Amino acid sequence: MPTSEDFAAIWLTLKLATIVTFLLLLIGGPLAWWLARTHSWLKGPLGAVVALPLVLPPTVLGFYLLLTMGPHGPLGRLTAFLGVAPLPFTFAGLVVASLFYSLPFVVQPIQNAFEAMGDRPLEAAATLRASPLDAFFTVALPLARPGLVTAAILGFAHTVGEFGVVLMIGGAIPDKTRVVSVLIYDQVESMNYERAHWLAGGMLLFSFCVLLALYGRRRNGRYG
Amino acid sequence: MADGAIAARFRLAYSGFTLDVDLELPGRGVTALFGPSGSGKSTALRCMAGLARAPDGLLKIGSDVWQDEAHGVFVPTHRRALGMVFQDASLFSHLTVKGNLDYGMTRARVTAAEAGRDALCEMLDIAALAARWPDTLSGGERQRVAIARALLTRPQLLLMDEPLASLDVARRLDVLPYLERLRDELDIPIIYVSHAPEEVTRIADEAVVLDRGRVVARGAPLDVLPSASRLVEGGRFGVVNALKARVVAVDDAYGVTRLAHPAGEILIAARLTTQREARVVMRATDVALAMSEPRDTSVRTILRGRIEKIDATESALAFVTLTLVGGDRLVSAITRLALDELRLTVGADVFVLVKSVALDERGL
Repeated sequence: MPTSEDFAAIWLTLKLATIVTFLLLLIGGPLAWWLARTHSWLKGPLGAVVALPLVLPPTVLGFYLLLTMGPHGPLGRLTAFLGVAPLPFTFAGLVVASLFYSLPFVVQPIQNAFEAMGDRPLEAAATLRASPLDAFFTVALPLARPGLVTAAILGFAHTVGEFGVVLMIGGAIPDKTRVVSVLIYDQVESMNYERAHWLAGGMLLFSFCVLLALYGRRRNGRYG
Repeated sequence: MADGAIAARFRLAYSGFTLDVDLELPGRGVTALFGPSGSGKSTALRCMAGLARAPDGLLKIGSDVWQDEAHGVFVPTHRRALGMVFQDASLFSHLTVKGNLDYGMTRARVTAAEAGRDALCEMLDIAALAARWPDTLSGGERQRVAIARALLTRPQLLLMDEPLASLDVARRLDVLPYLERLRDELDIPIIYVSHAPEEVTRIADEAVVLDRGRVVARGAPLDVLPSASRLVEGGRFGVVNALKARVVAVDDAYGVTRLAHPAGEILIAARLTTQREARVVMRATDVALAMSEPRDTSVRTILRGRIEKIDATESALAFVTLTLVGGDRLVSAITRLALDELRLTVGADVFVLVKSVALDERGL
């Protein structure tokens, strides 16, 4: 049976994924909008940076994040200057790291949705007296809804499934940074296979259900 | 709009040409921008809408200045009192028909009563569609909703960018009568972009012909289209005449209606029992000419007129513009061979044989 230790890890994981998904939608929405509509030369480089976590080993990402957040890194100096605790090995540090790690999974579906809708709906909105901001909220976002839902699901699921970056940045501090994937690793290390089964099986089921929801929705959905 | 003429001057490089137009357009009625694809007509329209910006552009609608780059004025699209209808209707798929109609109306702060919403929906036959989603509408219905949506903002100017081009022929005939009704009932200027001579001859009061970004002709559609129609593929078949005539008698036995026109009797193959007047259309290619009155022909509609102008194209066809008895004008497309063999010249009196007369779908 799952123990209170397991439930603590599950709760921590869900909390992390929820906060990260929420923040990523806030950051990723405008970023995706800009990437979809800009003609700036920065579009290519920035798009590549956003996509980096897709191809980099999490250890590389984690390593640089650790340096950035460490006492000599820019983020570390900032936290020292503000008088707050350094980010490594804290929950806040995990949130920051996860933002980078899951960024492409949120930005890309939204960007694709904005690009697929083209300029026409916004032009039509403008001829109907909608300001650009008005048109963004009343036309672009509703039309991009399938992309937003996909982005939220993928961002959440991917953060739940995070392991390497967490280990590099957060370690395995109970109730602070020991998420489910890390706990599974710890259990296996200590040869507690039965305890690992509960969590690993749960993750498998969770991931399958998420993907089923995603692809099932794609096939049946009104907006495809 | 009072004496509100439109002044539009745009110079803008695009797709290999430079759009370079300087136009004074009337403050009412339908002005068609006609030309082949790539002629710049849609770009000119987008400049008027503010969706494209010509660096030295100027646009005045009556007393309002929407663009005057010399004085740093460029009013963004959403602050211009215009309505625009796009080729693909561009209804918002996440809103119902009612939601689409409300979208512009509320933003323009117009009430349903002020906009004459009920009457407009009635006129465009969309009153019953309010709860429907755009993707359940036919192409013609979508376009009519788009027209209503644009007009409900009570614009000072209506811009239409090939509103029928994405529809098949049958749907086009569905929508055309509504456009004609709008033309007759609206008191705002309509700028109508099209590459279809038939639409232009039927709808527009004036046509501005564009080619490679420049104005090459302008005038009444029947004056400029015969020579301009060569610019578009298949255009010479699209020149269409429209005449008004009085209903005289319905022949029930034969299912035909006789109409009186000063130039002669017009026979139409339909029973017009409810109308006293009718507007009929005849393609220029369905109008033949004869120097003497033909006695034994199946053609039942023979009018009298005089040749006013002859446009010989480089192709096989020539367009002959006629003034009918009574003053109406009509264009006939005949071969250049026939033109020469009959020795037709300007000023000659001719008999005008109309092979097929169609009723304009709209009653008067």
